[in-house]
Amino acid sequence: MSVKWPLLVAILRHEKSFSDLSNADWSLLISQAKRSLLLGKLYYLLEAQNSLIDLPDGPYTHFETARVRAEKQRRDLGWELTKLKQAFSETNCPVILLKGAAYAAANLSISYGRTFSDIDLLVPASELSKIESRLIIHGWLHQSKDQYDDMYYRKWMHELPPFKHAKRGSIIDLHHNILPITALNCPKAGSLLESIVELENDHSIFTLSRLDQIIHSATHLFYDGELEHGLRDLVDLQGLINELDENAKLHLADRALQLGLHKPVFYAVRYLELILNTPNLESLRKKLEQNGARIRSLNIMDFLFSKAFMPDHPSCDSRWTGLARWILYVRAHCLRMPWHLLLPHLTKKLLKRLSKTNSS
Amino acid sequence: MFFPGLPINDYRNYLLRSGPFYFLVTSELNSIEENIVKLYDTTKHPRPSQALPFIDFNISVTGSKSKLIFRNNQNAEFSLDSKKVFNPFPISHVTAMLEWGMNWCISTQINTYLIIHAAVVEKYGFAVILPAPPGSGKSTLCATLIQEGWRLLSDELTLLDLNTAKAVPMPRPIGLKNQSIDIIKARYPKAVFGLSSAETIKGNVCHLKPPTESIRLQSVQCPVRWIVFPKFEHKASTQLRNKPKGEAFLQIANNAFNYNIIGKIAFNTLKTVVDQSECFTFQYSNLDEAIEVFDRLRINL
Repeated sequence: MSVKWPLLVAILRHEKSFSDLSNADWSLLISQAKRSLLLGKLYYLLEAQNSLIDLPDGPYTHFETARVRAEKQRRDLGWELTKLKQAFSETNCPVILLKGAAYAAANLSISYGRTFSDIDLLVPASELSKIESRLIIHGWLHQSKDQYDDMYYRKWMHELPPFKHAKRGSIIDLHHNILPITALNCPKAGSLLESIVELENDHSIFTLSRLDQIIHSATHLFYDGELEHGLRDLVDLQGLINELDENAKLHLADRALQLGLHKPVFYAVRYLELILNTPNLESLRKKLEQNGARIRSLNIMDFLFSKAFMPDHPSCDSRWTGLARWILYVRAHCLRMPWHLLLPHLTKKLLKRLSKTNSS
Repeated sequence: MFFPGLPINDYRNYLLRSGPFYFLVTSELNSIEENIVKLYDTTKHPRPSQALPFIDFNISVTGSKSKLIFRNNQNAEFSLDSKKVFNPFPISHVTAMLEWGMNWCISTQINTYLIIHAAVVEKYGFAVILPAPPGSGKSTLCATLIQEGWRLLSDELTLLDLNTAKAVPMPRPIGLKNQSIDIIKARYPKAVFGLSSAETIKGNVCHLKPPTESIRLQSVQCPVRWIVFPKFEHKASTQLRNKPKGEAFLQIANNAFNYNIIGKIAFNTLKTVVDQSECFTFQYSNLDEAIEVFDRLRINL
């Protein structure tokens, strides 16, 4: 398949090098990277290639700005973790970080230049109400829109409505699982909790095991309908998987199978190869395929995802982009919730929105 | 939005420079074109063949698509990289919104300078920073000084270089509000103004074109020697008072857009600037006396 990739993707695929870029290319690249939340990532890519020194002043300003912002977030995270540990200290529950905050706290190389908007935590479902009250006592307040919204989260979702700190504005998402309990393949949270690992530099903070982090990242990406930042998540997955040796990659397939989440991992591998041109994934892909992760309508999915994962930027839009994103959005809803629950929920939301429009 | 290499539609494009930054403005609105022609010397309509500089901000100002029955209800929208960043606003405010939007781009998207909400002007090689909350008569004072031979570095955003602690010029049209517009028009009949935006949240707004000399020198950084906190008080007598440096430091840090984001280097840069500057509070109601006070500043050099 011969494809003309957007500039940002061509750079990530190493098909185009930074030294080839004109002023117009730099403008376009930075604009695409900003919209994809990948500008900070590119800074560290440039640094790794010793190319920062050759950067023209204009582009340098924007890359340096992204670095400064990412560093600021790292400092802030350190402070928020201190505060979270205080809140958790009155319980027996460990602080378990998910996603961006977990990558940053563990100082993983993929966390350099990566920004995130909230801190995701995982707690056992049995501890949920206790932790909720500790967070409130320590200044994090609920952000649910209304009663129905709140009820919906508590009854069906894998997380509580987000908390926001009254003074510092930090946002916490409190999860008790990595997928909604209504989802088709919702894994047993206990299995994830059994495998958590403590940070090397701070024994009071935990993350999922490396394999579970990858599975979570893939699950999040391929069950989530909002793919505007999908490329960023794909780049995360590439960084996480690249750190595994061949043996660990095969363990990844086993673990995904055990959790019943081998399909999202298969998708991840598929689009890492197709879109980011990631090497050395063959054996992992084959093992997943042998174990039933083969997708029947793969051509259609390829078409949809290769449109939807492109930077959310007008220079990357084709006539199919909007439709592809919409179809995948609907697909994600169906995967996360069976129709008999989804339809009443959407109807209720629609009615609420209509009544709001009328009254305003 | 316009990108070199992409097909161009009916929209018109303007390349605007503001100190270290280049904006590519896309708009189909006549009022935007008229305002840009009035206020910017360097306006160009880039063509595909033309070699463009690196574009920092790709922005567009468009009339919103919804057809409304009442024409005066028509809205406009401001986008950065084709993403809308403000709520739609009345189309009669576009010229003010363009300038505010450009300032918004710099103050939220750039962390390679310490950015302070302040005016900054220069004479004989040294800059005076004028930090002030809205309503303190900063723009009126700034507009007056640049008509009296001071060089405009910026009216709204003081950029401090994090390596040299010098002020970085970013001369742009000065936004004047309400009575200030008439005062400056009456004092300086040759001053050039853009279109006015009536009844914005800040009142009537009209932008003043910066002097050509300030634009010509927009690459020349300038060491800071004074920090003056101005306060316009109706009928007040003119008073220049020393201000403790610690107080000046804190007040500027609180007025900076990215002091907390940059961290330690921002502290060091601001400390250097405050250490080397004389700090004052300045109360005034009479512009002639204000001019005199500022001209006396350089005698202390």
